[in-house]
Amino acid sequence: MRVLLVDDEKELVSTLAERLSLRDIEADWVTTGEAAIKSVASKTYDIAVLDVKMPKISGIELKKKLEEINPVLKYIFITGHGSEEDFMTASSELGAEYYLVKPVNIDDLIQKMKEILIKKEKV
Amino acid sequence: MIFFEKLKPKFWDYRDVAAGPFKHLFNFRRLWALAVALTSLVALIPLISITLIDYRVTQKSVESEVLLRTARLVSNTWRPVSFFLTERRSALDFVVRDNSYNALRDPKRLSAILENLKQGFGGFVDLGVIDSTGRQRNYAGPYELEGIDYSNQGWFKDVTNKGVNVSDVFMGFRRTPHIIIAVRYDLPNASFYVLRATIDTDRFNELLAHLEVSGQGDSFLINKDGFLQTPSRDYGKVLDRIPLHVPDFSPKTRVYEGVYPDNKQLVIGYAYIHDTPFILMIVKQKNELMKPWQKTRFQLIGFLIASIAIIVFVVLSVATYLVNRILIADQKRIMTLHEVEYSNKMASIGRLAAGVAHEINNPLAVINEKVGLIKDLFSIKDEFKGNRKLIELVDSALSSVDRCGTITKRLLNFARHLDVKIQMVNIGEVIGDVLGFLSKEAEYRSITVSINVPGDIPQFESDRGKLQQIFLNIVNNAFAAVKDGGSIDITAKREGAGLISVTFTDDGCGIPGSDLERIFEPFFSTKTKQGGTGLGLSITYSLVQELGGSLVVHSEVGIGSSFIVTIPLKMEKKEKKTDEGVAGR
Repeated sequence: MRVLLVDDEKELVSTLAERLSLRDIEADWVTTGEAAIKSVASKTYDIAVLDVKMPKISGIELKKKLEEINPVLKYIFITGHGSEEDFMTASSELGAEYYLVKPVNIDDLIQKMKEILIKKEKV
Repeated sequence: MIFFEKLKPKFWDYRDVAAGPFKHLFNFRRLWALAVALTSLVALIPLISITLIDYRVTQKSVESEVLLRTARLVSNTWRPVSFFLTERRSALDFVVRDNSYNALRDPKRLSAILENLKQGFGGFVDLGVIDSTGRQRNYAGPYELEGIDYSNQGWFKDVTNKGVNVSDVFMGFRRTPHIIIAVRYDLPNASFYVLRATIDTDRFNELLAHLEVSGQGDSFLINKDGFLQTPSRDYGKVLDRIPLHVPDFSPKTRVYEGVYPDNKQLVIGYAYIHDTPFILMIVKQKNELMKPWQKTRFQLIGFLIASIAIIVFVVLSVATYLVNRILIADQKRIMTLHEVEYSNKMASIGRLAAGVAHEINNPLAVINEKVGLIKDLFSIKDEFKGNRKLIELVDSALSSVDRCGTITKRLLNFARHLDVKIQMVNIGEVIGDVLGFLSKEAEYRSITVSINVPGDIPQFESDRGKLQQIFLNIVNNAFAAVKDGGSIDITAKREGAGLISVTFTDDGCGIPGSDLERIFEPFFSTKTKQGGTGLGLSITYSLVQELGGSLVVHSEVGIGSSFIVTIPLKMEKKEKKTDEGVAGR
């Protein structure tokens, strides 16, 4: 499973990537939308974990751009703003698989990733 | 005082505790006093002025009429008296001209003349012929008066000088009151004689006695020295001196008013009777004359007092009613302002909570990942695997991060629902959310909070934000009422079809019966000194009504209170303008 982590909080995203690596998940991380676009263009990922609020390009805009590059890429949104219920309300509009509120429990995150992969394989 | 306490209007003791000092829009007492004073002045001044003017004019008119009537009576009375005397004097004058001195000295002739005068004119008692020396030479009448010398009598001297005399009433030789009319006749030999007649004063008395004088009046004749010439009802018998002063001479009838020693106000009319010593006086008591006016005056004063009483009553009633209406309008205005303020405060709290929560969430996420990584490394590396102390420390750090996360999520959830309108609501969750904020206080104060939400209560449509505010207000009040170690019970249950109730029961201080009736009134507070505005339960009551529900309270002092919120499972979707616009969310 290849995962791209995108968040402007470098300490968060780099640590999360390291923890995922320890669990045998190949995780790359970037801190800007532009870097994420480059990464997706140069490498194939199964899932992108995007922060909703980022400078310059927000997670929602980034998702639209990444869909053009890799239409089969799946998305999980994470945010420190609002509540899970807010994201659940917005999920149908954004087309994201899951929404998680910071601080994220890594076991929950891995569980969601696995569910996405199972759904993807079924399709 | 007790009567005033009962009638005291609402605004009398009103103090706007919520507005704070120097923020009163109205001073209701002053407003009421001003309205009463101005309206009373405008209504009463013209009424009193017109009544007083009318009073004075009518009084003057009546007094003038009294004087006029008296003057008319005097004028009508002195003429017959004057005529009576003039007629008899003229008769005597005719006799002396028609008869010679010698003829008049004939007793038979004189007796015949007297008889003729008695029958022709009446009032004659006797006749006497007196020579120039004053000796009576002939006499016809009932007494033996022939030969009497009158030379020293005043009337004789007077008639000698003036040619005619009408005397005062005097007793004379007869010892009975009488008057004398005498005429002088000059003889060719430069001598003279006098024909003198005695006139019966009863004729005067009858004349005046038959006079109808109103106002307990009295009519009589006096001479110029103030002695009665006819009997008076009030001032004595003939020849007594009257206690009134003799009026000044006037050729015309005069009327004047005076107050006399017995403090009686008198209206006195008089007339000097020409060529006689007599003054006709008619004396009336003014109080008696003014009695018809007094009756009118009492009616006028009664009407004035009744009018003033009605006007004052109407002015007081209208002013009290209007100021009460202004008070109600002002209370509604303040209530609306406070509701807006409350809504804005809640919105600000929501925005602050959301801001704090997401600002904390990001560093919290970093801590979470860093500590998670440490735990991962401890779990993987053999050198740390056996060190349980390190693992426990990391788990403790992760647990704290999790607790912080729960708090920020609760804050975000609470803030989010302040904005939400009608949605599906789980009553247990709402109660849990509200109590989540107070769980630490309950723990510190050892307050037992028990929640009983049965499973048969379905999710229902309502405004979650309003429910949160309602429950938070009631639970806050319960926390304030209970002592440390007390208990609060929250029980939800279905109430027939389409309703659920949530009962908040505490074992706090309770609410006195007198306060219980007013507990939901705006601005009613027993905690004004502690900063209470008296709006908490009033706003709570309004919010429950907006949800289509009801709020009931039962309480007993020393035992506790129960607040029962009953709300419908399906509410009508009508939003107040204030929910949308005023809060500014």
